[in-house]
Amino acid sequence: MRLDLEGVSVEAAGVRLVDDIRLAVDSGAFVGLVGPNGSGKSTLLRCVYRALSPAAGTIRLDGDDVHAMSPRAAARVLAALPQESSAEFDFTVAEVVDMGRLPHRDRTAAGDRSVCTDAMARTGVTHLAERGFLALSGGEKQRVLIARALAQQPKVLVLDEPTNHLDIAHQLDVLSLVRESGPTVLAALHDLNLAAAHCDRLYVIDGGRIVASGPPHDVLQPDLLAGVFGVRAHPVRHPETGAVQLLFDRLPLTTP
Amino acid sequence: MRRSPIPSLSLSRNPSRISVVPWVVGLGLLLLVSIVCGVALGAAGVGWADVQRFLWAGFTGGTVHAGDVAAYTIVWEIRLPRVVLGAVVGAGLAAVGVAVQAMVRNALADPFVLGISSGAAVGANAVILLGAFAGLGVWALSLSAFVSALAAMVLVYSVARSAHGLTPLRLILTGTALAYGFEAVTTVMVFGAARGEAARSAMMWLLGSLGGATWAQVPLAAVTVAAGWAWLRWRAEALNALAMGDETSAALGVQPGRLRRELFLVSAAVTGTVVAVSGAIGFVGLMVPHVVRMLVGADHRRVLAVAPLVGAVLLVWADLLSRLLLAPAELPVGVITAVVGVPAFLLLMRRGGYAFGGR
Repeated sequence: MRLDLEGVSVEAAGVRLVDDIRLAVDSGAFVGLVGPNGSGKSTLLRCVYRALSPAAGTIRLDGDDVHAMSPRAAARVLAALPQESSAEFDFTVAEVVDMGRLPHRDRTAAGDRSVCTDAMARTGVTHLAERGFLALSGGEKQRVLIARALAQQPKVLVLDEPTNHLDIAHQLDVLSLVRESGPTVLAALHDLNLAAAHCDRLYVIDGGRIVASGPPHDVLQPDLLAGVFGVRAHPVRHPETGAVQLLFDRLPLTTP
Repeated sequence: MRRSPIPSLSLSRNPSRISVVPWVVGLGLLLLVSIVCGVALGAAGVGWADVQRFLWAGFTGGTVHAGDVAAYTIVWEIRLPRVVLGAVVGAGLAAVGVAVQAMVRNALADPFVLGISSGAAVGANAVILLGAFAGLGVWALSLSAFVSALAAMVLVYSVARSAHGLTPLRLILTGTALAYGFEAVTTVMVFGAARGEAARSAMMWLLGSLGGATWAQVPLAAVTVAAGWAWLRWRAEALNALAMGDETSAALGVQPGRLRRELFLVSAAVTGTVVAVSGAIGFVGLMVPHVVRMLVGADHRRVLAVAPLVGAVLLVWADLLSRLLLAPAELPVGVITAVVGVPAFLLLMRRGGYAFGGR
């Protein structure tokens, strides 16, 4: 299923947070959204998974307006991993994963159980099933939340900083897991090297506007990174894979 | 995906694995036994055999001897409605406690955090202390309490509402702030009251009492509590989603703003009805949801199946103790729920294995 954002703008208290964003994710593609803090990444993603309504523009799933669909119908095809990962009450991991079945109709207990068992096996959290969610480590929580998103059996998955608070091994795990699990993915990412390695296409957002888009290595050029992130980037080759990696420095202070 | 190198310790004592059915059946039976005890025990000694006979006569429309009429009246017209109302109120407070804690996503919340009960107290005390609405006779107290609960609800709702809808923190702050205001009004009325006995009645009402229970109060309270509970139980899965956060909830197809509005209306209606017949009985709505989560886990489908029964049993016994301890005088039932509830609650908490958001 493809995802299209057509001229999406978001306003809060009269301030335009996101301005006229056009973005396309082909069916089965993994598209990354990168940009500095406060650039509007999360705001834009919230519109996609319906936590916010855009002031203008349309978000389409295979041509259908997401905000015109019923909430449950939208949640049957689109799942999200928001940044929040807390709960006030100590649900077990199995209960958290089971919440992914909520939007589905004509459910049976046995059917739900097999979908959830499968989702937990794919994310490697089966052994945590009876543990309390609140007692898990950050990496375990993230894998459990991905299991919940997979239990939703979505066609499109929206991820907001899925690698936040994770150690490097878990960062790689989470992204390859999502990549292998099949749905169309739109992910906001902080780590540009991770984004370059995992995304088919990148969109760079700055001040609520898309300033560049394309294949990662066309987009992540030193000029653009200096302008958007305010850093000096040095592309180097990975000694084994030959993939281009970026090293960063502070920009030298310019005196006018 | 890498597997954890350490084989996991599967917790043997996990409440979420056990079926909830034995709890419901067991607590249902316990509630019946509690109701019979509540009817049989009291300041005026009526034998167990007589109680059974009177209950049978009452339910089947049988007859009692002329000499038994006084005892029959005590059982059928005074104790039974009181015990049944106690069960209804306990069930309602427990169910609303669960709902409010999920609605404001705060483990410290209870049905009274929304300020509804303090609002109801203003109306009730206007009747007790100032003799307002005297034309309504015996209905004055309940009706006035309910109407002022509704007024408080409208006020809290309209103040708490913002561009972002009803957010948890705004709801708690608005409810708590307005509750202080309502309590100030009540206090002024109590201090202004000339009659000492009236001030005592006002105190009794503020701490909660089932002393004024009549059959006439039972149907409306029972129907409201049952309907509120049924709605909550129907939305239990959505409550689970809401407890995980507004964004998660939206991503799961549950609109958090709309659900919170619905929860507010249902909670306020049930609280208003319950408070109108029993005053502000504290602690049940705060403690029972936590006790039930310790017993059956956090899933609202399970919590809402068990919590009303626990609340009902607790309040029937608390009311019984409030009648017996200083008989023939009565203690406010809220004192008993606290005296019995606090140690039991602390014991359960200390047993460990129970976590909530703040950890």
